[in-house]
Amino acid sequence: MRRLFQYIKDFSFWDLLTGLGLTGRYFFKRKVTVQYPEEKTPMSPRFRGIHALRRYSNGEERCIACKLCEAVCPALAITIDAAPREDGSRRTTLYDIDLFKCVYCGLCEEACPVDAIVLTRNHDYHFENRGENILTKEKLLAIGDKYEKQIAADRAEEEKYR
Amino acid sequence: MEGLLLIGTIIVKIIAIILVLLLSVAYITFLERKVMSYMQSRIGPNRIGPLGLLQPIADVIKLLNKEIIFPEASNRYLFIVAPIISLGTALAAWAVIPFDKTAVLANINAGVLFVLALSSLGVYGILIAGWASNSKYAMFGALRAAAQSISYEISMGFALVGVMMAAGSLNFQTIVQAQAGGILHWYWLPLFPLFMVYWISGVAETNRAPFDVAEGESELVAGFHVEYSGAMFALFFLAEYANMVLISALIAVMFLGGWLSPFQGVPYLESFFAFVPGFVWLLIKLSFFLFCYLWFRATFPRYRYDQIMRLGWKVLLPVTIVWIGAVAMAVHFNIGPWFA
Repeated sequence: MRRLFQYIKDFSFWDLLTGLGLTGRYFFKRKVTVQYPEEKTPMSPRFRGIHALRRYSNGEERCIACKLCEAVCPALAITIDAAPREDGSRRTTLYDIDLFKCVYCGLCEEACPVDAIVLTRNHDYHFENRGENILTKEKLLAIGDKYEKQIAADRAEEEKYR
Repeated sequence: MEGLLLIGTIIVKIIAIILVLLLSVAYITFLERKVMSYMQSRIGPNRIGPLGLLQPIADVIKLLNKEIIFPEASNRYLFIVAPIISLGTALAAWAVIPFDKTAVLANINAGVLFVLALSSLGVYGILIAGWASNSKYAMFGALRAAAQSISYEISMGFALVGVMMAAGSLNFQTIVQAQAGGILHWYWLPLFPLFMVYWISGVAETNRAPFDVAEGESELVAGFHVEYSGAMFALFFLAEYANMVLISALIAVMFLGGWLSPFQGVPYLESFFAFVPGFVWLLIKLSFFLFCYLWFRATFPRYRYDQIMRLGWKVLLPVTIVWIGAVAMAVHFNIGPWFA
């Protein structure tokens, strides 16, 4: 008897029709595609994209060359050299981040006592030549200047969780 | 002079059919991507031209610009001949498809036989392609295609025998005329099992999902056409889609009354839809089956090879043979509302 029912079910294409019904329903459902360059999905203020070095509002760079980020970096992507500046304050002479080594863990930002090195929201960047994967101090500061507003806003939002 | 005129008109007709066919094939590839992506909650190609409508054109340009690579160990002559056979047979079968009461290129008496012969020849394109490539994946694809086509051609042919008996003719126009009298007189109803068998074997015969083991991109890379590139790959592509349209047209002609209006015999609607030309009805029926091709591809996973064989030999073939017997009885003794 069960075999008979099985035969009836098989020859009425029941299983196939339910499958077709499912895809048929999805045919009319709302599409979830995000048209990337024009539309973007919402992004967390904690997003860890390309790095930046920040400045104080008076234009003085924050980094004091304490080398905590270099020490904490699990991928050894950060290289720092330090020397006293003319005015006697301790500053970096070299601050390189190798983006090929970096794993975007954000530990450098956590370690930084003066909020100098940060990871910005910017994630769609690219290199066109060899060597451009090394972010020098000048480049990092330039990125920081460019996105300072966004960076400051994101830090302010995250302030109560830190 | 008259002979020249005749040849001229025939050539014009051929060009008209082929142009429309190739254009529709190009847009079926586009529709396939669109339909499948819609069924997967995506929106598909929409970047080139308005709504992505120029996508097939871009694809054609890309394919024609690509280099044609001949594998070192291939048989050069057969390698070139294979796609030509594939496309040639796929296009030639269109000669006997009736588009309207008088619109048919060659109204020959053995139309069904002609189509059967050409669709069997089409397998040689795949076989030769697989053999001439001299590559193991292509060879596997070709072998699978051969076994599959042999299995399904039998039930396909038998399904057509039922239609021939019911219509009493091998001529497509006669077959269409025999179905006159509205939806309930079309052969899909009295020959329902044969209709289903023909539909399923049609999908299998064109090597489309879920019967696409000959291509099987997840197991055989691309099956019989791994080694083909550029324009020659495009020919195989064209042949596959032209075959899809052909099978859809054949199902429409033999089981859904071809260019007949579905409202024949319905008192009010018949005169209301009288202005619609026959080929539009054919086109609507044909599009339904084409859409189903894409729908199946988006829905069903690929059959395992032994399952394909079992379905062909142990399910479809017995069903057709039983129903052919039933139809023969019905026709001989003039039974029922259809064969009276």
